[in-house]
Amino acid sequence: MSMTDGPTPLQTAAAAQAAEDREASSKAAGRSDLRQRGKRKSGYFSDRWHALSRQQQWAFLVIVVVLAYLLPLLNPPIITTEPGNNFALACFDMARFALIAVGLNVVVGYAGLLDLGYVAFFAVGSYCAAMLTSPDSPFLHIPYLWTIPVAMAVTMFFGVVLGVPTLRLRGDYLAIVTLGFGEIVRILATIIPAMKGQVGFQNVGHPPGTEADGTPIFSNSNGVPWYWLTLTIIIIVTLLVGNLERSRVGRAWIAIREDEDAAEIMGVPTFKYKVWAFAIGAAIGGLSGALFAGQVGFVNNQKFDVTTSILFLAAVVLGGAGNKVGAILGGALVSYIPLRFTAIAEYKYLIFGIALVLIMIFRSQGLLPARQRLLAYGRTAFNKVAARDTQTKDTDNPTAGPGTRTAGERGAEA
Amino acid sequence: MLPSLVPLLPTENDWITFDIPSLAQNFWSATFDGLTFGAIYALVALGYTLVYGVLNLINFAHSEVFIVGCYAVFFTLSSLGFGPSVPRLDIWAIILNLLLALVLAMLASAVTAFLLERIAYKPLRQRNAPRLVFLITAIGASFTIQYLIYLWRGPSPELALTMFRPTPIFDVFGTIVDSQQLVIIIAAVIMMVGIDRFISKSRTGRGIRAVAQDPDTATLMGVNKERIIITTFIIGGLLAGAAALFYVMKIPSGVQYSGGFVLGIKAFAAAVLGGIGNVRGALLGGLLLGLIGNYGQILLGNSQWTDVVAFVVLVLVLLLRPEGILGTSLGRSKA
Repeated sequence: MSMTDGPTPLQTAAAAQAAEDREASSKAAGRSDLRQRGKRKSGYFSDRWHALSRQQQWAFLVIVVVLAYLLPLLNPPIITTEPGNNFALACFDMARFALIAVGLNVVVGYAGLLDLGYVAFFAVGSYCAAMLTSPDSPFLHIPYLWTIPVAMAVTMFFGVVLGVPTLRLRGDYLAIVTLGFGEIVRILATIIPAMKGQVGFQNVGHPPGTEADGTPIFSNSNGVPWYWLTLTIIIIVTLLVGNLERSRVGRAWIAIREDEDAAEIMGVPTFKYKVWAFAIGAAIGGLSGALFAGQVGFVNNQKFDVTTSILFLAAVVLGGAGNKVGAILGGALVSYIPLRFTAIAEYKYLIFGIALVLIMIFRSQGLLPARQRLLAYGRTAFNKVAARDTQTKDTDNPTAGPGTRTAGERGAEA
Repeated sequence: MLPSLVPLLPTENDWITFDIPSLAQNFWSATFDGLTFGAIYALVALGYTLVYGVLNLINFAHSEVFIVGCYAVFFTLSSLGFGPSVPRLDIWAIILNLLLALVLAMLASAVTAFLLERIAYKPLRQRNAPRLVFLITAIGASFTIQYLIYLWRGPSPELALTMFRPTPIFDVFGTIVDSQQLVIIIAAVIMMVGIDRFISKSRTGRGIRAVAQDPDTATLMGVNKERIIITTFIIGGLLAGAAALFYVMKIPSGVQYSGGFVLGIKAFAAAVLGGIGNVRGALLGGLLLGLIGNYGQILLGNSQWTDVVAFVVLVLVLLLRPEGILGTSLGRSKA
């Protein structure tokens, strides 16, 4: 419209803008439907959750967390994996997968980088813990709990070494390089004599503490303390990752995921944040690897094939890439289903392979879609902005906001 | 030198040793063997390169397209009476049998590639899905095919097949080149030249280049994009099937559900080395990677080092010259 028309009435301008917005978003739907579709369909649980007050949310979370801690002790009849598998150990396995999924979610879900060799970081973490605690290894030995930060540092280093050459390029290269890396770590563990191949490392250390009768609390056969340890770590990691997600870093990741070129043009140092995402994901993978080595007490080259990597990816994609609760849920499910339904355990790779293709074709956002809220630093701030918006909004278009609002804010309402 | 830098390391021999005398001694035989492997990589690499050129997609399931071809070769030849021992047929009967196996393997791989495109990729393309979705679908499809084979044939490799006894043909620098190496290298190079001519001269080849260059404009100019994409997948499949025959010829016991996976990564590394999206680059990259991998394997003393060397080459190429040696894309290659 030309300037000579004089000041346009605000209402018509806003309505026109809203119509344009609608048109634009319907056009954009195809372009980025991993997210956009999520936005349209995310509705139900997300709505219900955000409708609760802060206190209700906390109360609900506390109940869930307490129940999660009690899970191996309650051993609920239908849910239990016995007699096929020990339920406490199954719980640990679920927690381990959930932790891995949280880590992989940072890479795949937030930053949109496809890491197909995540098991390699897991393996590096396991070998770190094993080689620094097992009596079979000629290295210096340190207490088990110290190996966890060491494992994270070493895997992070590997993440950076691998990420720097590949992350400058298009995302596809990262996928194939990580796929190769996943296989290479296993081969190196086999052919380098010092890594002891199939013989492996026995008697990997565990956290200190003994029962009254002198047996260690963290024994290989008792899953409960390991489960609690892992669950605690998951909660800590989720809180930290959640903070990152709401920070400048998280916004940069999401911008990169949605459109890397646009992010770069808007001044996001994409390479730096991609390396960060990759390294943080790797560190979490190393952390879970160290936990796994401690629980099993034995590390050799047979446990880290690339197929496991694809299971990890299936966990993230199934739960909902970009949603940390979804990742935890997906990880637990991917571990739980074969343990509970032992009849189909043999087919699990086939099932999750088919699931990957079907999810991508029919519901690419997974079970719990990623949130669209970029603003999201505290609900209060968001609500204030939303309230101010409704006051200034024109009356005949209550659903479509004025053009100044970002897609992210609208997604939060949907 | 290394142990003094890192006092924690146990002994030098526990880590990595370089066997230079062995490499010097076997240099020429390693060269010919490496070229043979390289020819096989190059044929598989073409499948990656063509699809990448046209769709900008790494078709992770291409390694499974290849392994389906290997199974086709295995079943054809074993039903024709081939087994672990050298067959007692005259030379023409063997050639006929191998040609039959070649045709069937090419068909099997091409059908797999076709189905893959229709079932997995087409629905995504139609709704213009983001790249991540394509890649995850590709890896999921690869995984699915691999485990279908696993459930059907089990984890152990199939019985080895001997196609013919390799006879020495001539010797170079005191190293004998046998008929098997010669057959593989010559046949692969003929196919590569044929494909190169096809891409640069034929009408369909021009269509492929047009779509690689700019899909929308190509469509406006009357190129049927869907048909070009399908053709590209089928060509990739045909070449993978041909590679499958040579692979089984070279590694008789290599027919296994997971056999395509590592070869796929090596072939992709070859494609990147030569310049992805570039047909001639695939040939160059394949042969080079075959040579480098084979030298590395002898230098380091274990056949599994081939895979590690190939991977290191891939990372180095990405670091130093991501566009590959020849570098030009499929769309910009000369007519």
